[in-house]
Parts: sequence; C-alpha cells; structure tokens
Amino acid sequence: MTSERVSYTLDSTLDSVNKAELAAEQVAAKMPFEEEDCHRIAMAVREAAVNAVLHGNAYDPKKKMTVSFENTGESLVIKISDQGRGLRDEDIPDPLAEENLLKQSGRGIFLIRSFMDEVRIRQLEPGTEITLVKHIGQHSTAGEGTQ
Amino acid sequence: MTMKASSRRVDGVTILDLSGRITLGEGSVVLRDQIRDLLGKGEKKLLLNLGDVTYIDSSGIGELVSAFTTVRNQGGELKLLNLTKKVHDLLQITKLYTVFDVKDDEASAVKAFAR
Repeated sequence: MTSERVSYTLDSTLDSVNKAELAAEQVAAKMPFEEEDCHRIAMAVREAAVNAVLHGNAYDPKKKMTVSFENTGESLVIKISDQGRGLRDEDIPDPLAEENLLKQSGRGIFLIRSFMDEVRIRQLEPGTEITLVKHIGQHSTAGEGTQ
Repeated sequence: MTMKASSRRVDGVTILDLSGRITLGEGSVVLRDQIRDLLGKGEKKLLLNLGDVTYIDSSGIGELVSAFTTVRNQGGELKLLNLTKKVHDLLQITKLYTVFDVKDDEASAVKAFAR
C-alpha cells in the first residue's frame, strides 16, 4: 500500500487546536482503528496541539503550528510542530509523582504517551516537533485494569 | 459542544450538573467561575455531576484538581458523581481516582457529606 499524507499549517489559536483534533478524529476514523483508539488518538493530538499553540508559540500570531497525518499502511504517524522556545524531554515533570499529583497542569505529554504507541520529541531551530505513532491492530489498554 | 452548568440544592449540598466538554478555553473557564461563585455564596459542600460530560482534556482535569484544592482550602468538600467511562479512565491513568471522592449514586453521595 502506498503511504498517504496530509498536512496543515495553522495559526496559533484555540480554534486551530479544535481543527487539529477534528482532523485527527476524521483521519483515524478512516483507518482500521477501534472507536476507543480513535478517541485516544484525537485526544493525544489535541494535547500536542495545545502544547504547540499555548506553551510553544504562546498564541503568537506570527508563529504557526503544522500538523501532518500519514497513513503508512501499518501505522498512523502524526507530526505536530511549533516555532516556539522548545521543549526538552528532561524538563517534563512526572505528573504521577506525589508532589505533582495536585498540580493544575503538566499532564499533557503524559496523556499523549499513555494513548499512543510511540512518542518522539525533536528540537527544531526554533521550536519543537512531536511525533505520535499508533500502530494498526494494537488496541491500546490505557486505563484498563489499573487502580 | 461547549460546556453547560447549572446548580441545585439537595439537603444542604450543592449539586453542579455539568454537560458537554471541559477543555482548555471556555469549558474550563465556566467550571472555574461556577466554583468561585458558589464558594463566594458560602456553599462549600459541592457535588459535581459529570454524567453528561462527554470529554475532558488535561486542562479540564487540571480545572477539576484546582476546584478540589480550592474548595478544600476553604474548609469545604468536593465530590464527583456519575463519571463516564472516558472520564473514569482518565482519572485512573492520572492517579487522581483515589484523590477524588467518586460516587455513582446521587442520594448516597449527598448523604456522604459531613453534617
């Protein structure tokens, strides 16, 4: 099967976050994912888009977010990039640590990692690119059977 | 669908019926304003009915945590009622399920508040 790829360049607004989420929902729904996984993919994209628009580009109208979806036949590969100050993996606190449990923010990347099969963060010059991968035929078990 | 909220009183407990999406932006702001208004009126026994909440993102989770700590810091109690499976799963993944007092029956939830 040949790979299919679509890409969007969006303003740094909340409306763009909603558009990215909706696009993810539509792309995932056309692929052989279960409904639960489509929801998780869309939510992971929403969280990554919020990071790009809010924490990366800081709603700067001159900065853009790009979102691409690629169906490789085996996986859905999503890349979301911003033009902000950059996000380093080692700077992301563990939201499950006792001292962070009641913090208001800091759960976005954690949820993305919970919902996707692979997550990679790459520094751009400037900005950050996050790659989210969901493999076809591997139903996610996030939230099931845990207490 | 944006979030809607309405409140009612049952046996000294204020039940906040929420519906729609609690996400970054409008949904989170509506919840924050509602909690602030209720605390401002001296209503400190709050039961958040999430039965019709279709979606919560990490900002919405943060807003629930913020509501919980704000109410507790003012000597009140906040409990959650009628979680959907999606919200239940999110609270489990984020280890918040054991932080919140979660109920699935309104009458027993109301009785569970300190007299």
